[in-house]
Amino acid sequence: MIRLLLWILGAILLGGIVHLSTVLAMPQTAKQDAYSRLAPLTPVNAVALLPPPTAKASLMPFMDPAFAVAVCRYDISSGPLKFKAPVSQAYTSVTFYTRKSVAYYAINDRAAGRRSIELDLMTAEQHAQLPAEEDVTAADRLIIESPTTTGLILLRTLAPEPGLMPMARRALAGAQCHVEEPQ
Amino acid sequence: MRLFFGSCFTLILAAVVGLGTTWLTLTRGVAFGALSIGAWTAWPKSGSVDIDPYARAIVSRTGQLPVGTGDGVAFYARSDDAGNAFDGRCTFVISGSTPAARYWTLTLYDAEGRPVANTIDRHGFTSAEIVREADGRFAISVAPRARPGNWLPTGGIEQFVLVWRLYDTPIGVATRTTKSGPMPAVARKDCS
Repeated sequence: MIRLLLWILGAILLGGIVHLSTVLAMPQTAKQDAYSRLAPLTPVNAVALLPPPTAKASLMPFMDPAFAVAVCRYDISSGPLKFKAPVSQAYTSVTFYTRKSVAYYAINDRAAGRRSIELDLMTAEQHAQLPAEEDVTAADRLIIESPTTTGLILLRTLAPEPGLMPMARRALAGAQCHVEEPQ
Repeated sequence: MRLFFGSCFTLILAAVVGLGTTWLTLTRGVAFGALSIGAWTAWPKSGSVDIDPYARAIVSRTGQLPVGTGDGVAFYARSDDAGNAFDGRCTFVISGSTPAARYWTLTLYDAEGRPVANTIDRHGFTSAEIVREADGRFAISVAPRARPGNWLPTGGIEQFVLVWRLYDTPIGVATRTTKSGPMPAVARKDCS
């Protein structure tokens, strides 16, 4: 009897380890995460407008249908990325996600405080290699450090009414993201 | 021989316990740091690098992209204030006011997070288009059939989820008490 209880206790402890390791391994093994869903549909280091979510086809679950959404799937292994987005009349936000869908930075049009949101995205290593002077003179340029070399930039513009959606989508068309060729 | 059977039993039980609890936590949406106001629950940390492992696992398994902390916060509701699960064949009335935010949106999804098909092609409201009372309060009818005023169609589906997203809002990771932001009340009316 005691032997059986010991076996069960061992099984529960082992089960706990299995539980924790599967939860922790999920982001590494998930085949259907947002990046994998967008990879076949979007170019690298360019802005692509996403189709609005409908009942039949929703690219990702829980997308806000009141927003026009564009994505820049980035790869900054060859150099820093320049990102620029015009600000619409209602509300615009830019959110940065790692390859594994962790939102590591988000900014909205008010926080950016200008007519357009301009950002430089680079790895910590590339940031450290920036000449010190350039860092000072470019103080008004926002520099974001990406924890991973690949990831997603989500640019979202609100259409306060459904009728304003075409305008919101047009506003996104002016967005740019590109990697500068190394000299 | 006994050792062999014992080990087999233990390993199988461990796999069942481990994978079972993982499946349960990921499908039920268990995550830490929840902020609950009435029927609404948000996980403000999910939009930052402080996201907990359970929320991370859910996010990557379902393929969603959480609202970033500098952007806003998303409140989810699957039942009304009294705990009645959302049923698309019933009428639910959402009324009151919202915490301070530059804009908010209310969206209805099915259990998998897809918008629900309906005749008037409406999947939610934004704060700009809602019809309000003179004092700024509002009432939204979430119902299978047309209602006067703000009608959010359920399409008659069995289970639905409401998501209230506040954009450019002080509500967030630092919010501790439910007093700082009154969220709208949700009540079930008749069922057809």
